[in-house]
Amino acid sequence: MKATTLRRIGARVATLLASLLIALTMAFALGRLSGDPTATILGPMALPEQREALRHQLGLDQPLLVQYFDYLKGVFTGDLGDSLQFYQSNTTMILDRLPFTLQLVAAGMSLAILIGIPLGVLAATREGTWWDRGASTLALLGQSVPVFWLGMMLVVLFAVKLGWLPAGQSGSLKHLILPAVTMALYPMAHIARLTRASMSDALREPFIDSARARGISTTRVVWRHGFKNAMMPILTIIVLQTGVLMSGAVAIEYVYSWPGLGQLALQSIQFRDFPLVQAIVVFAAVIFVLLNLVVDLLHSVVDPRVR
Amino acid sequence: MSEILETEVSADHGRRLRAPEESTPVLDVDDLVVEHRNRTTGEVFRAVDGVSLRIDAGESVAVVGESGSGKTTLAMAATGLGVRGSGDIQLLGHSLASIGRRQLRELRPEVQVVFQDPHGSLDPRQSVRSGLRELRGLQRERTSWIDDDGLLDRVRLTPDMLDRYPHQLSGGQAQRVCIARALLMRPRLIVADEPTSGLDVSVQADVLKLLQETQASTGAALLMISHDLAVVRSVCDSVHVMFRGKVVESGPCETVFKNPTNEYTRELLDAMPGARWRARR
Amino acid sequence: MSELEIELAPHAGEPLKPAKDRRRRTSRTSVFWLGLPLGVITFLVFVLPLTGLLPDGGQDLTATRLPPAFLDGGTWAHPLGTNKLGQDGLTQLVESGRLTIMIGLVGALVAIGPGTLLGLLAGYCRGWVDKTISILIDAQLALPFILIALAIIANRGSSLPVLFLVLALTGWASCARVTRSATLSIRERQFVLGLRAAGASEARIVFRHVLPNLAGTVVALATLQVGTAILVESALSFLGLGVVPPHSSWGSMLAAGQDELSHSWWIAFFPGLAITVLVLLVNLIGDALLTHNDPRKRRR
Repeated sequence: MKATTLRRIGARVATLLASLLIALTMAFALGRLSGDPTATILGPMALPEQREALRHQLGLDQPLLVQYFDYLKGVFTGDLGDSLQFYQSNTTMILDRLPFTLQLVAAGMSLAILIGIPLGVLAATREGTWWDRGASTLALLGQSVPVFWLGMMLVVLFAVKLGWLPAGQSGSLKHLILPAVTMALYPMAHIARLTRASMSDALREPFIDSARARGISTTRVVWRHGFKNAMMPILTIIVLQTGVLMSGAVAIEYVYSWPGLGQLALQSIQFRDFPLVQAIVVFAAVIFVLLNLVVDLLHSVVDPRVR
Repeated sequence: MSEILETEVSADHGRRLRAPEESTPVLDVDDLVVEHRNRTTGEVFRAVDGVSLRIDAGESVAVVGESGSGKTTLAMAATGLGVRGSGDIQLLGHSLASIGRRQLRELRPEVQVVFQDPHGSLDPRQSVRSGLRELRGLQRERTSWIDDDGLLDRVRLTPDMLDRYPHQLSGGQAQRVCIARALLMRPRLIVADEPTSGLDVSVQADVLKLLQETQASTGAALLMISHDLAVVRSVCDSVHVMFRGKVVESGPCETVFKNPTNEYTRELLDAMPGARWRARR
Repeated sequence: MSELEIELAPHAGEPLKPAKDRRRRTSRTSVFWLGLPLGVITFLVFVLPLTGLLPDGGQDLTATRLPPAFLDGGTWAHPLGTNKLGQDGLTQLVESGRLTIMIGLVGALVAIGPGTLLGLLAGYCRGWVDKTISILIDAQLALPFILIALAIIANRGSSLPVLFLVLALTGWASCARVTRSATLSIRERQFVLGLRAAGASEARIVFRHVLPNLAGTVVALATLQVGTAILVESALSFLGLGVVPPHSSWGSMLAAGQDELSHSWWIAFFPGLAITVLVLLVNLIGDALLTHNDPRKRRR
């Protein structure tokens, strides 16, 4: 039994490592396909000798394969190169911005969980009623709104018209409210829909009826028995959505001028700062793969059937 | 060399397959072993363990055993449908191990299978008529002997069934369509894998009778897979009893059922609903 | 039992009509009632500009940043107000809608096409083909592809082909995964063995039997993908990385409205509302189709 679990995890780790390698290779290829970066750095007026010197300094005069392995070595030792526009180590800059993104993701995700799960449970326990229809439509609406647009409208309402909250930048707790609410919407909808589906499956299981028949109260049946069994897919989606938020919140960070990773990515793209773009992609890929690993481990630890 | 062989095969395949030498058995299985490997645990499970079996033209042979005894796997491996095993299988005089893909495809219409779940055996998106039309398109020469109406008449279905889709047919009707499709090919071997166990009791007898008639009128051999001894006894000449992948007893139906020598066969006979018939005779 | 029913039924020629059929019909009507407004929107977007009923879409520097008609200071000459160049909001909305809907449709096709094909291959061929495709699917789902997409756009510049490439790259995997598992279950059905026994080629089985049985699921996935494509496009255009001037989509209208937010919120309000309504309708239809095609859900 134990050996099979190990074998399963081993296979998953292998797959994830393969995914990571694909991402790293893509990021490398993107960096190389972008043409000669020396023209971007030194401008069009630079002398050929200057450009040659810079090419040598960046290692671009080496064979492609050597560059690739140097790059992989860098990734595994935590050295993601230097930015073209900030003249700084990419790793340092990413780590500088990371706390802001983490703050936003943590706040947004907590909100999403706190609203999404009860909403989904509400819909599942009252399946077919107007409660269900209302909650389900609300969740679907959350997946249909361009979230950054909702952010803009929240700014108009709460910052411009009412003046209750700041429109952008980070700092106090007040600054966090609007971005966190905006950030929470999509995962909230996702969690609510999944909770509903998963719960209504769990509540259909025979053991629910037998628990009811034994005289256990409805609330207890729903939460202790139903939810416990519906939890695994919900937990999975929470972890995976966290990964999506870490890298996919570019538009939201842009709306609120939030100084996180997304803004950094956008700036680097607009400046065509490819080493930095590459570094952010690599960083996000590593985070993604780690979160996927967490999900797999959760599966084999929490679910006795898998173990 | 191989080119010449291939052209020869395609040139006279119709006649060649149709005129077998009298002495060749339709199916001759020798020491067949089929193993399943569990992907995650790596354990090997022997579904079929050294089974030998011979069916001659016009003969009807049954393989009985409880579920999981390997009888379906045996049938699928013996007819080259999906399951692969080791051992020598001669299907209509061709060795399955050495036969090419193309030859196997030409050989396939000679063997038709009637499955347990009649609805699963029909494409849900295809009406009865277009299903038959497709078969005719696939095997122009073999299927021209009868028209659709005549075919349905043979399996006692009315022509208005032609425009129905599988979900609009009852289990018995669907199974009759399946038999019609098998019949259309004029096979030399019909494999019936629990053909009645998915059907209501009232329909089972009809379908069995139909299978028997089909076999008699076309001269095909019948390989019947079943767990139901009563079914086997009413349809087949001889029987092989399978237990955990092995054949534990075989012989003519009457002999085996009257004087079972194997302990497991006896248990099977005692467990059947009409167990007392044995005592009465 | 069902055999008896047929024999006893007054209309013996009528096909059996189990509860399943009734269920199918309700979901069909709900698809119709959701599709109707969607059809109306599409019709308006494509036909309204031809009628000449819309206000003049040109620049008018005497009437910049007019609010919509229902607010103080608005006029019915410009029902949804004007932007900073005095261009009419309604006209712009309708005309940008064409590109938005087009991107949604083509964007879904370029993702669903390869996705379906790869899923079908993986599910039907098994073996190393399946292993390779499955690793690609896992990789795509386990990677921050939006960031990679941004990097591609930064690299190649924004244009429609690049946008479609991005939509294909980000959308194919989830479709491939669903198609793969559906194919796996269909190929185990006995009718596939029966066809093989009748001498049908593998290609015929895949394209004439497995694919049609997948069609319902694929259509539902494609519908949902239209919504996703529109949302991804709007986010990219908003960041200036999707549709860029002189072309205009609802997403790029949002980008233009971002700078005017503090004083003329309506410039960004209406395109965003349009996206929301359109995507919501598409998602509702996709959901209804998916439920309709999922036998597990249908039985309930």
